[in-house]
Parts: sequence; C-alpha cells; structure tokens
Amino acid sequence: MVKNKGDRAFDLLVTISLILVGVLSVFPLLFVVAVSLTPIEEVLKNGGFVLIPEAINFDAYTHLLSQPKIPKSFMVTIFITVVGTIINLILTTLMAYPLSRKNLPGRNIFIFLVVFTLLFNGGIVPTYLIVKATGLLNSVWAMIIPNAIWSFNVLIMKSFFENLPEDIFEAARIDGAGEFRILGQIVLALSKPVMITIGLFYVVGHWNEFFQAVMYITDPALNPLQVVVRDILVQNQDQIENVDAVIPTATIQMAAVIIASLPIIVIYPFVQKHLTKGMLLGSIKG
Amino acid sequence: MNAKTAVESERSLYTKSETKKKTLMTNLWKYKSFYIMLAPGLIWFFIYKYLPMYGVIIAFKDYNVMEGITGSNWADPWYKYFQIFFDSPYFYQLLSNTLIISLYKILFGMVPSIVLAIFLNECKTMWFKRWIQTLSYMPHFLSWVIIYGICIAFLSESTGLFNRWLTEGGASSIPFLTSTDWFRSILVGSEAWQSLGWGAIIYLAAIAGINPSLYEAAKVDGANRFHMIWHITLPGIRNVIILLFILKLGHMLDAGFEQVYIMYNVQVYEVADIIDTWVFRTGLEQMNFSLAASVGLFKSAIGLILVIGANQIAKKWGENIW
Repeated sequence: MVKNKGDRAFDLLVTISLILVGVLSVFPLLFVVAVSLTPIEEVLKNGGFVLIPEAINFDAYTHLLSQPKIPKSFMVTIFITVVGTIINLILTTLMAYPLSRKNLPGRNIFIFLVVFTLLFNGGIVPTYLIVKATGLLNSVWAMIIPNAIWSFNVLIMKSFFENLPEDIFEAARIDGAGEFRILGQIVLALSKPVMITIGLFYVVGHWNEFFQAVMYITDPALNPLQVVVRDILVQNQDQIENVDAVIPTATIQMAAVIIASLPIIVIYPFVQKHLTKGMLLGSIKG
Repeated sequence: MNAKTAVESERSLYTKSETKKKTLMTNLWKYKSFYIMLAPGLIWFFIYKYLPMYGVIIAFKDYNVMEGITGSNWADPWYKYFQIFFDSPYFYQLLSNTLIISLYKILFGMVPSIVLAIFLNECKTMWFKRWIQTLSYMPHFLSWVIIYGICIAFLSESTGLFNRWLTEGGASSIPFLTSTDWFRSILVGSEAWQSLGWGAIIYLAAIAGINPSLYEAAKVDGANRFHMIWHITLPGIRNVIILLFILKLGHMLDAGFEQVYIMYNVQVYEVADIIDTWVFRTGLEQMNFSLAASVGLFKSAIGLILVIGANQIAKKWGENIW
C-alpha cells in the first residue's frame, strides 16, 4: 500500500507517543527499584539519588526482612489473600448461580437487593458499628468477612452463568443430578475463565488491603503489608535512622515499596489477559 | 376427556387462590436447593450491607456507646447533627474539595485514556501494540501505598528526583507533598497515571465495534488518517464517552477515600480533605459517631440521587447500566 507523507508522519507520531506511554508506565517503578538498591556511599557522593546507581546493595532489603514487622505483615496479607479469596469465590458463586436461573421465584427481588448495595450504603460509621457488634474488631477476619462479597462480581458472574447453554442443565436434571451437583460438576467446569478473572480481582483487592485494616484493626501485630509500608513511608528520618544509620531513609522506604508490590508485578504479566477480559465483562454490565 | 377438562377448569375457578398458593409452595419446594445456596450470601448481605443502612438512624440520635444504636436517645431537634454540619465552616470546604478533586479526576482521567485508545487503534504493529497495552495496564493493579511511595521517590523535598534536578539547576526545592498549591495536582496526576491504560480498554472495545466499511469509504473519498479519527472514530465512540462521563458524574462525591487518606497530611487538609476522610477522622478517630454518620448519610443520599439521575440520563442514550 502506498502511504503519503502525512500518513507516515502520523504513524511516527503514534509510535513515539505509545513508546512514551510505555516508558511512563514502568519508569517510575524502575526508579523506585534503583533507589532501593543505592548504597549510602553513592548517595553521599552524588548528594542524592540518581537514575542508575553505579553500585548496588541489598542492605535495605536484608534490614527490612530481618526485622519482624515486614515478614509478620507479609504473613497476614498472605492469609487474608488466600483465605479471603476462597471465601469470596464460594459465596459469590453460591449467590450468582441461583440468580442466573431465570425462573427462580423471587429472583428479581434478590437481584434488586444486590444492585441496591451498589447505589446506597450505610456509610463508614454505621458499618463500623455493625462490624464491631459482630465481634470482628481487631481480628484478622475483620479484613475478610465485611467485604466477603462484592456485589459487582456477583452480577458479572451471574451474567456469565446466564449465557451457559441451557440444554446441559436440562440433560443433567433428567439424569437425576441435584442442583448442587450441577453447580459443582458442570457449571464450575464450564466457568473456569470467569472464576479465574473474578478470583484475580479478589486476590488483587486483598493484596492491596488497606481500608478495612485502618478501620477495624488497632493491634499492630495484625496489620497487613500495605499498612506497615505506609507507616514506613510517613515515618520521619529519625525514626528510621535510629535503627540503622548506614542505610538512607529513602532506600529503606523504597525497598518496602518494592517488597509490597513485587508479588503483583511478578504475576501480572501472566494473568493480564484474564484481568482485561474481566474489565470488558464488567463494562458491558456497568 | 372434554368433560374432565371442563370439571377441572371449573374447580380451578373455585379454588383459584388456593391452587395459586399451592403452586407457589410446590414451586418454592422445587427450587429449594437454590434457596439453600442463596442463604449464606443473603444472610451476609443482611448483616453487612442492610444492617448498616438501618444503623444510619444514629445520624438522628445522640449516639451513646453504652446504649447502642436502638437504645440511644433521639437527637433534639432530629436534624441537630445536620444543622451542625451545614453551619460549620468545613461544610463548604469539604464539599468544594470533593467536587474539585472529582471533576479534575474525571477530566484528566478520561481525555488521556481516549487519546491512548485512538493511538493504540492506529498502531498496526500487533506485537508492539500488545506490549504497550500490557505495560500501560500495569499501574492499575498497584495499591495507593505503592503509588504514594513512587510519589515520594520523585517529589520528596529532601531526596526526591525532581527536587534534586531543581536544586542542581539552581532553583530552590519545592515541598510538593506538603504544599497546598501542589497537592491536588498530585492526587489528580497520580490517579491519571494509574488509570491511563486501564481506562483505555473500554474505548478500544468501542472503537473495535465501529463498522470498518466506514473507513474504507472514507479512504476512497481521499480522507487522511486524521480526518478518519475526527469524522469516524470519535463520533463512533461518542456515546460511550458520554455514557462513562455521566456515570462518573454520578459518583462524583467519591473523590477516592483511600488515595487521599494515604497521601494527605495535616499541612494539606485545607485543599485535600474530602467528605469521606473527614467522616473517617470525626467518626472513628474522634468518636463523634452521630455527627460523622449524619455527614455520611448526607453523602450517601446525594450520591443515590446522582447515580439514579445519571442512570436515567444514560438510558436516554439507549444503554442500560444494570
């Protein structure tokens, strides 16, 4: 195909802009990595941090991992991510499957009850009082139970189930399978894509857990990773340097940021296509 | 045969309501497994979503920890806490901060994403396009704590990269993160960075739905690429843009609690304090439950009106949101 000058210039503009977007997306994190690896001698020599340090060391990481705070909160976060996601998926599936059956009596009422929570909520204070009344304050469950179902995910999963071919269900029913068996053996087998997508949304949500922790947790031993890292970020110079004077504050802070983001960054490239699919599923609905 | 049917229909006339009840019962029985499945979720929704809605009545009460939600006395007058809020100097400040931050986020969130979607669509080298997509979606999955860390790396007054460049260039350093002049820009900018690629997905999907023959016809008519974007692509996704804009307006009282809470500090309350952060501090840190609940209810109620209004308007564009 023959291209005129204008089109070629336009192609160039597109390519350069896209490269800029790509660089802009990853460069900030790469700089954080660089800061987290810069030894103090180099900071003193240059009077600050540079984009590419000449030497690197892992002192900040060994320092953070040798103290109990980060490893402990890492375990808390892993617990709420694993157990939380399992509970999320079980409860979401158990809601979404019946709601996807078009002739279920009362279906519209139940769907309305789910949708209404997307439009209106009691607010931070009444929710806190209910969580308190159910005895969850200062327990790891306060970061799992109050957010056990995301209404939006119920709706996404419901519409996925609605699009499964009806004949399969009928055939199974004629063979005498109960609804629990149909759900467990047939629906789940056909729903791997939506399960992976919604499961990943829940995983990311739990890994980044912050809000419920600051609302319901006051015991420092139960703080998840994000809360601990935020504490490290807002601490002033003295508080950190008292511990170990040979590592710059910023280096420790950035090492904490990398520790908290590494798992997401590592799995992200492998699961990206599932997440994107979920975004489209969601946006058709919403 | 005929007689039998006649008898049956006659009987059904007499006992219509009774059979109706019966069929409902058998129906419910037939679907019992479904109700058993629904039970845990419905109980959860009742406790953690609907009981808090009942709990908003503390906005009209003098909430007392000992007496609980039902036991506390009604406020006198019932709108006491709303009055306190409306009369207070922070009413105007909170509302304007929330709206300003939200509107800037909508503007600086949508426009770059739309441009990116158009550029991605114009890029015909598939592997390159996929790389850029993967890279630009990534920030969406980083938590606000991480993004705050990134902001510190660049903007911190003592060690941030920008301030190092400024001071090396002979200028004086700027305390970006504690400056009332800069803080809102940082909120808006960091959110724009986070949602740039992810936000483009939906526009890309909309562009993919445009009829390719339109482009062919335009090419025959001698249109260049820019003409085609202006006259085909943009009009083709106009409805999606308007729809998303309206929906975002519906949520404009949520200016991003988590982000603001993680990034703000006392020095910038004046420009950064939004309704949600104020409710959080007043309710859960100062234990002023009734006042915080009334402000929260004010926000939820206006939010409900905005969302329903947004849905109604959006329906006019022929799209159903739910």
